[in-house]
Amino acid sequence: MGSTGSTAGPRGHRRRLVTGAIALLATASLVTACGSDNDGSGGGGDRAASAGGVDDGTELTMWTRAATRPQSEALVKAYNASHKNKIELTVVPTDDYQAKVGAAAGSRDLPDLFASDVVFVPNYTSSGLFADLTERVDALPFAEHLAQSHIKAGTYEDKKYVVPHTLDLSVLFYNKELYRKAKLDPEKPPTTLREWDRQARAVDALGGGVDGTFFGGNCGGCGVFTWWPSVWAAGEDVLNEEGTEANLASTASKKVYDTYRGWVRDDIVAPGAREETGTTWTGIFPKGKVGVMPMPSTTLGLMPKDLDLGVAPIPGPDGGKSTFVGGDAIGISATSESADQAWNFLAWSLGDKAQVDVVAAHKDVVARTDLASNKHSEADPRLVTINELVAEGRTPYAMKFGQTFNDPNGPWLELMRHAVFGDGKSVEKDNDAVTASLAD
Amino acid sequence: MPVKVAVRATAAHVTSPQPRGGTPPPRWRSRKAKGLAYAAPTAVFVTVFFLLPLLLVGQMSLSDWPLLGGDRGVNAPENYSDITDSTLFWPAIRFTLLYTVIVTVVLLALALLLALLVQESRPGAGFFRTVYFLPGALGLASASLLFWGLYSPTTGPLSRILEGLGLVDDPVSFLGSPTSALWSTVFLIVWKFAGFYMLILLVGLQRIPHEVYEAARMDGASRAQIFRSITLPLLRPSLALCLLLCVTGSLLAFDQFFILTKGGPDNSTVTVVQLIYREAFQRLNLGTAAALSNLVLAALLLLNALQFRGLRRADES
Repeated sequence: MGSTGSTAGPRGHRRRLVTGAIALLATASLVTACGSDNDGSGGGGDRAASAGGVDDGTELTMWTRAATRPQSEALVKAYNASHKNKIELTVVPTDDYQAKVGAAAGSRDLPDLFASDVVFVPNYTSSGLFADLTERVDALPFAEHLAQSHIKAGTYEDKKYVVPHTLDLSVLFYNKELYRKAKLDPEKPPTTLREWDRQARAVDALGGGVDGTFFGGNCGGCGVFTWWPSVWAAGEDVLNEEGTEANLASTASKKVYDTYRGWVRDDIVAPGAREETGTTWTGIFPKGKVGVMPMPSTTLGLMPKDLDLGVAPIPGPDGGKSTFVGGDAIGISATSESADQAWNFLAWSLGDKAQVDVVAAHKDVVARTDLASNKHSEADPRLVTINELVAEGRTPYAMKFGQTFNDPNGPWLELMRHAVFGDGKSVEKDNDAVTASLAD
Repeated sequence: MPVKVAVRATAAHVTSPQPRGGTPPPRWRSRKAKGLAYAAPTAVFVTVFFLLPLLLVGQMSLSDWPLLGGDRGVNAPENYSDITDSTLFWPAIRFTLLYTVIVTVVLLALALLLALLVQESRPGAGFFRTVYFLPGALGLASASLLFWGLYSPTTGPLSRILEGLGLVDDPVSFLGSPTSALWSTVFLIVWKFAGFYMLILLVGLQRIPHEVYEAARMDGASRAQIFRSITLPLLRPSLALCLLLCVTGSLLAFDQFFILTKGGPDNSTVTVVQLIYREAFQRLNLGTAAALSNLVLAALLLLNALQFRGLRRADES
């Protein structure tokens, strides 16, 4: 009994060690907790910092997904070359991005800056992953010209959390050489879904390994990106404003499914559409054997130089035009301790010089509508066509977007496949399943 | 009883406090300390990397544990009872069991055949043993990616080769239908693991004494009789090991389907582990994912226990 509480001898020494270790752990936990504490204000940076942020040689970390790697890399490279701050960019495989961000958020280990597929942004803003940028964004002299669909997707409870980073629009690509061979006017791309159908069939009739069109038939994201603009072009919407209810069994939607089903039935589609999970769907058109298909605008700069191609807006069944304003939006993580420095990069990336000399020079879509026409786009009318679509396009908003539309085992892909590879009779039932997932 | 008393007495004697100072500690104490020192690294490893995560998963499975944000309140037993709400749950169980049966039968049959072909030390046997085993040295994710490329009807060579040989008229959609997706994946797994299981069976075959075969031949037994009455019974421990590994591995199948089919087409190749991944990283709900993981763990423990029990009985008989 006498040894209880004694600090003498080996047992006392052990006790001291144990007590010390516990105290050390507790202190470490407290320090960690304090260090990671945040109020979503952007890491507590000095509010008086200029609207342009701080460039003091800080090392910043940034994540982007592989799908938009070239654009992010170009911006980071140009920023690092002209600023004291340095950004270390990590490119994460697109399919793993959600999981990586989720795991990092759980362990409070997010980088200073992280871009995200804009459709996942509402999930992140509502979970408190981004710092509030409202004052900083509003202070930008060109705030009203930023792609509003991205700003809207990143606004939660009246606070702005992200800015556009890399814009990726869905547009029709058509092969002018094949159009000529098929006796179609290469300067007259389709302006209705019916014309698109007629032109695709005309090209397909050339034979010899040439196909009319192509799409990712086992890729929910591809369907959202390329089919929904046809519905929007008809003046209909696919989701309610809160993103909790689907309207994917509408008249215009059914006309879209019917057209695609007709292409599958009559073998107008290039081989592989049925199993295309989205990994290679943009690699088909550059081979020069497909007539007309919708694709991301970011692929324009990657096309072979000798491929004579045109781009056009995605039309609705009977006319109209629209686009899915996709790509990545970017914000400062709520745990970043270098918010002012991170903002310096964001403010610079949206400025005239970065947008024109980096983004437009790479044939990518500028994030500002006032720069739709610039020295680079003027040299290539296709870029003007794409840039001008930003103002007309939409970015859908839904908290449960990923699990509903991007999940390869989710209800939207089931709807797509039933509607196109099946008989198309289960659209109403499948639409209910999509709504159930959105409201889950 | 007197024995117990004696033991207690001895224990009381040896655990009594020893005088401090000059007297060296008894030998048993030094041995005990050494034993603890040897076991400590493993104990720490097991605690940190096995027991603690297991406890964490247990806690997760009883909590509302979103991957992003939100409170972590108690959500038991809903995490468990909600599992069957997913329309994919029962199809995933059925598919995983079907896949396990097919892979186990095909893989073990082929591995045994390969082992029998190269068991004799004749010229070229070493070469073929190496060739058969080579795919086993490749990572499963890499192998899946390789086959994904081979199977592609647009960019892969397999479809073009078949067309070139005149065996098919149109590009082959290896992963385009539920049946072809299943068998294409089975083919990949058999290609990848047949050599590995062949090696295990080869060791088993070489442990069977030649004298037994010679005696059987002297008695006039045919090759089929020798195989049925000598090879198979004496190979049972190796076959049992292969069976255990194959069944467990197949029930936990993930990489190959995640890369080749993503559970498609039409959700026809969703496995149970894919369901866990989906729950955690698509639906961002770690609580339900943890509950599902615990169920899979329990099922595997039960299955392995049954297999071990069956094996022990067979050995005793």
